[in-house]
Amino acid sequence: MPQVSLKVNGKKVTVEVEPRTLLVELLREKLGLTGTHIGCDTSQCGACTVHLNGDSVKSCTMLAVQAEGAEVLTIEGLARPDGTLHPMQEMFREHHALQCGYCTPGMVMSAIDLVNKHPEGLTEEQIREGLEGNLCRCTGYHNIVKAIAAAWEIMHGKKAARAA
Amino acid sequence: MYNFAYHKPASLADAVKILSADPEARPLAGGQTLIPVLKQRLNKPSQLVDLAALGLAGIKVSPTALTIGAMTPHAAVARSAEVRKAIPGLADLASWIGDEQVRHRGTIGGSLANNDPSACYPAAVLALGATIKTDRREIAADDFFQGMFTTALEPGEIITEVAFPLPVEKSAYEKFRQPASRYAMVGVFVAKGPKGVRVAVTGAGQNGVFRVPEMEDALAKSWSPDSIAAIKVSPDGLVSDIHGSAAYRSHLITVMAKRAVAKAG
Ligand SMILES: Cc1cc2nc3c(=O)[nH]c(=O)nc-3n(C[C@H](O)[C@H](O)[C@H](O)COP(=O)(O)OP(=O)(O)OC[C@H]3O[C@@H](n4cnc5c(N)ncnc54)[C@H](O)[C@@H]3O)c2cc1C
Ligand code: FES
Ligand code: FES
Repeated sequence: MPQVSLKVNGKKVTVEVEPRTLLVELLREKLGLTGTHIGCDTSQCGACTVHLNGDSVKSCTMLAVQAEGAEVLTIEGLARPDGTLHPMQEMFREHHALQCGYCTPGMVMSAIDLVNKHPEGLTEEQIREGLEGNLCRCTGYHNIVKAIAAAWEIMHGKKAARAA
Repeated sequence: MYNFAYHKPASLADAVKILSADPEARPLAGGQTLIPVLKQRLNKPSQLVDLAALGLAGIKVSPTALTIGAMTPHAAVARSAEVRKAIPGLADLASWIGDEQVRHRGTIGGSLANNDPSACYPAAVLALGATIKTDRREIAADDFFQGMFTTALEPGEIITEVAFPLPVEKSAYEKFRQPASRYAMVGVFVAKGPKGVRVAVTGAGQNGVFRVPEMEDALAKSWSPDSIAAIKVSPDGLVSDIHGSAAYRSHLITVMAKRAVAKAG
C-alpha cells in the first residue's frame, strides 16, 4: 500500500493508505480526528472542509495521496493547547451560530479562510457568497454571518478578543 | 469507490507514456469532477495519473497572449491581477465557478477536458477564440468542443495550457446559476478581440457550448444590449430538464447576452 506523509495540525504523520482512501477518511479513520464531518456524497455540503496549505478544500473530494507533503489544518488544530478557542470559534459561540453543530467545523474552517484572505474588509454579501460551499440545515445562516463579521474585527486587530 | 493504481509522474513524457499504454488509465487534475464520479462508481479507471507534479500551473502574459497552465486552479485565475487587467470577463467567470473550496482545487484543464455541457470555461474559451495546447499539438477552440462531454482530445492526450489571444477590447460573462448546483443553467460569454466579436453560450445546448452568429453580427455593427434584444435562439436543440424547459433556456440566452454586453461596457 502507498504511504503518505503530511503535516496535520502541525504534527508530521506518515500513514499507509489505499490509493482510493479519501483525505477525510485518513483524518477520521486513521488519525481519529472526527471533528471533520461527512454530510453528503456529492461534494456539495462542505461539512468536510479543512485547510490544505492555507486554502479551504473539501476533504471528501481529494485523495489522501494527493495531500503528500501538504500541511493540513482541521478544526482540532484551532484552539490553543490551553483550551483557549480561536476567535472564530468564540464568535460562533457568542452569536449562537450553531444549533446541531453538524455543519459547524466546516463552516468555521471556510470562515477562517475567508477572513484571512480579506484583510481589507468583508461585506455581508461577500460573507454569504463565501459560504456558498457550506450548507446548514438548522440556523438559517443569519447568526453564522454575524459571527464571521465579528471574528473579522478580532482577527484583523480591530477589536480585542473578550477575556475568558 | 473501486480501487485503482495511483501515479504522480515528474515529467509530461512519463505521464503520456502511462496513459498511452493503458486505455483504462485517466489523468487526475483537481479531482472536483472525477472524484465525485469515482465515489458514485460511475467510472472504473485502472490507474490515475496525477498531473500535479508536471509544472503545469501558472499564468503568463505577453503582448499577444494570456497563457494559463492546465493545472491552474479557478481561484488563481479569479485572483490574478494580470487576468483581470487583460481579460476581466475571464477572471469574473472563474470567480463564479462552484464555491471557494471547489475553486481552490478545480483546474481550467480539467474543466475543458471534461466539457460538461453546463461548465463555465468552455464559453470563455470559445468566445475568446483561445487555443488549447496539448502534449502533442495545438487545437483551436472552434475544433475542440465536439458535443456533450466530448472533445477533440485523443485517448491519453494531456492539455498543457490554454492561450487566449490579446488584446481583448471587451469581455464579460453572465450566468444564470442553477440554484442548487451553481453550474450554469445558461451562461453567455461575449467578447471583442483579435478574433472579432464572438458570443458563446453554455448550459443550454444539447451538444454543449455553441456560438450565436446572429448576435455576433449585430454586435459587430453596434455593441449595445438593444442591438441583440430581438434575437432569439430557437428552442430546438436546447436542453429541457427539471430545472427549465428549452423555451425558458431560449429566453434566458437573450437576457444573459444582453446583461453581458452591458457589463462589458
Ligand atoms: C460543488 C461543485 C460545483 C461546481 N460548480 C461548477 C460551476 O459552476 N461551473 C463549472 O464550470 N464547473 C463547476 N464545477 C466543476 C469544477 O469546475 C471542476 O473543477 C472541473 O469541471 C474539473 O476540473 P478538475 O481540475 O477538478 O478536473 P478532474 O476532476 O481532475 O478531471 C476531470 C476530467 O478531465 C480529465 N483531465 C483533467 N485534466 C486534464 C488535462 N490537463 N488533460 C487532459 N485531461 C484532463 C480527467 O481525466 C477527467 O476525466 C463544480 C464542481 C463541484 C464539485
Ligand atoms: S462531505 Fe459534503 S462536501 Fe464533503
Ligand atoms: S447547525 Fe445544524 S446543520 Fe448547521
